[in-house]
Amino acid sequence: MLTRPALLFLGAFAAILMSFTALALVPKLQLTAIEPTPGTEELFGAQVRGREIYIREGCIYCHTQQVRPPGYGGDIARGWGPRGSLPGDYVYDRPHLLGTMRTGPDLRDIASRQPSSAWHYAHFYNPRSVSPGSIMPPFPWLFTTVEVGPGGAPADAVALPPGFAPPGRAVIPTEEAEALVAYLMTLKLEPLADPTATE
Amino acid sequence: MTPSSPVLPEAAEAVLPTPGRLTDAVLEDVVTWRRRVDAASRRPVLAYVLSGVVWLVVGTGFALLASFKLDEPDWLGQTAALTFGRVRPAHLAAMVYGWLSMVDIGIMIWLWGRLLKTEVRHTGVLLASCALWNVGMVIGIIGLLAGASTGVEWVEMPVASFVCIVPALGLVAFSMLASLRRRRVQHLYISVWYLGACMLWTPILLVAVLLPIYSGVPHATVNWWFAHNILGLWLTPIGLASAYYFIPKVVGRPVYSYHLSYLGFWTLALFYNWAGVHHLVGGPAPQWLVTVSITFSVMMIIPVLVVAVNHHMTAFSRIRRVVYSPTLRFVVFGAMSYTAVSLQGALMPFRSLMEVTHFTHYTIAHSHLGMYAFGTMIAFGSVYYILPRVTGWEWASRRLIALHFWTTGLGIGMYVVGMTIGGVIEGRMMNDASIPFLDIVAATKPWLWSRSVAGVLMTVGHLTFAYLVWQIVRHRGPAPTGPVYFRTPPAGVFGQGDGGPVDSSALL
Repeated sequence: MLTRPALLFLGAFAAILMSFTALALVPKLQLTAIEPTPGTEELFGAQVRGREIYIREGCIYCHTQQVRPPGYGGDIARGWGPRGSLPGDYVYDRPHLLGTMRTGPDLRDIASRQPSSAWHYAHFYNPRSVSPGSIMPPFPWLFTTVEVGPGGAPADAVALPPGFAPPGRAVIPTEEAEALVAYLMTLKLEPLADPTATE
Repeated sequence: MTPSSPVLPEAAEAVLPTPGRLTDAVLEDVVTWRRRVDAASRRPVLAYVLSGVVWLVVGTGFALLASFKLDEPDWLGQTAALTFGRVRPAHLAAMVYGWLSMVDIGIMIWLWGRLLKTEVRHTGVLLASCALWNVGMVIGIIGLLAGASTGVEWVEMPVASFVCIVPALGLVAFSMLASLRRRRVQHLYISVWYLGACMLWTPILLVAVLLPIYSGVPHATVNWWFAHNILGLWLTPIGLASAYYFIPKVVGRPVYSYHLSYLGFWTLALFYNWAGVHHLVGGPAPQWLVTVSITFSVMMIIPVLVVAVNHHMTAFSRIRRVVYSPTLRFVVFGAMSYTAVSLQGALMPFRSLMEVTHFTHYTIAHSHLGMYAFGTMIAFGSVYYILPRVTGWEWASRRLIALHFWTTGLGIGMYVVGMTIGGVIEGRMMNDASIPFLDIVAATKPWLWSRSVAGVLMTVGHLTFAYLVWQIVRHRGPAPTGPVYFRTPPAGVFGQGDGGPVDSSALL
């Protein structure tokens, strides 16, 4: 029979302290010494802003940013990256955006796979304009529209297939759309000369 | 294994000189202290339960929006605040921190008074904590829709909302400690352990994950340590404490093996909080860390089987009562789901299985089996027991309770089965690099539709439940003549047989 609550609280406290130390503090200390992998750099300017928009719109709920290692799943064969992800790829990530769902494809190496900003603009404005059958949401609030004058659409208008732009109007990316693409262009996984070097 | 000495949730020892047959005088005594304790907790219990129900309805709305948006991605696609990536965390926050946390606190406050046989102290503080918590939730939900997410899964709400919620938890703990000091029992029943421990764990969890000291991979490990534990060390203990109270209570039999319940508690306390990092299998986290987590996830089989033996052996001794008692039916459904979700969870983290199921809808099915089929169903059952006792009124309609049970029961069943199958299909296709990604999307679509249909069913159940709660709180309908059962039990099923207080509705 347990009649002394203090014993219970002490035991419960010890239990959680142990796991917090092992699963949170030790990895933190162990990984503070990790060097960034080649190509991993601190973001600046529009890239930072783009990452904030990535968080704001909840991209993480459908896209991971982690490439599985060779022999585990089909990531590398799919062309989602040249190698598995390493802790050094994330040293500047705050908050981390590893993600847990792949309702859409992994994005850790999207800049290598799809470097065209024109494609990304069309895709953000309406994913089905370039990916028929996609279930990704559209993000029209990252764009403005202008009336198409006699001289035709402005030079920076998004190239959309017929039927996707509002009738008689051209779709122009806002700074936010530009920032988001700038961020995606930083998601590039460089192959390592010696893949075992940082294991 | 023989059942140990009879320990009912509120052991009769403090009232009876020796445990024995109930005499009329003793019965009256029991009725009196129970009424007094229930009356003392009336306002905070109602405040928390009603708040929870409001957030349940709000969270259900977000759930439907999010689900239908994956079926029809252009539906309401022009409104930034209603985009999938904002509505989905709003759904999670409303359900986890709004509905389940708040209704569970309501249940906890009531259980605390009953189990310690003392009036809940500082009810004004409890009411203030409830108000503060609601302020935190409003800030959080509006913040998420406005785009102020922190980006950390399970703690997406802006920090300001947790600045309300954590102190609110502290206020609840303060009141509970004050009641604990003035307890009128010697022995602390197993439910008290779970409730006391989770009140210690949860503020620590929240503060630890919110510390602004993490980045990169360590941030991911602390994130999943937290996210797994908010289920395992917050909602699970309250769910188990409720089941440990209500199953013996309605069945009228002591817990099958009270000694086993000690083992169940300590193994849960020691093992569960190590399990979360299995969410990072195959990712960039250090291998030893993932291996440790997988090991502890598998060791969770011990507390799960212990609790399963105790809950099911107790319930099955008189399982026929689920035909009559809404409380027992919901709670037994929840307890069985706990066994299912935990055994699934213990087997899931193996690397070979995760290779298929990780990153797919399979995980979503698993988390709903835990949060809903276990946590939410037990909360429903508990509310069906508690509200008549704190309102002094009865449930308006047995048919509507039955509707609530079948829509939510079938709905969550359909949800879990559909998303599990869809997730496995998705994962297998994903690992075959020759299959174009959009073919995988097309293959999962029918299963996402099945989820939406299941969601509509559950919505019907939630609205029915909200209506019933409103009716009983407002004392609507004809004056009650007795407890409401799914169907009228034959004389003697609930009453005072077998030398113990059986269904306490007889003692209301």
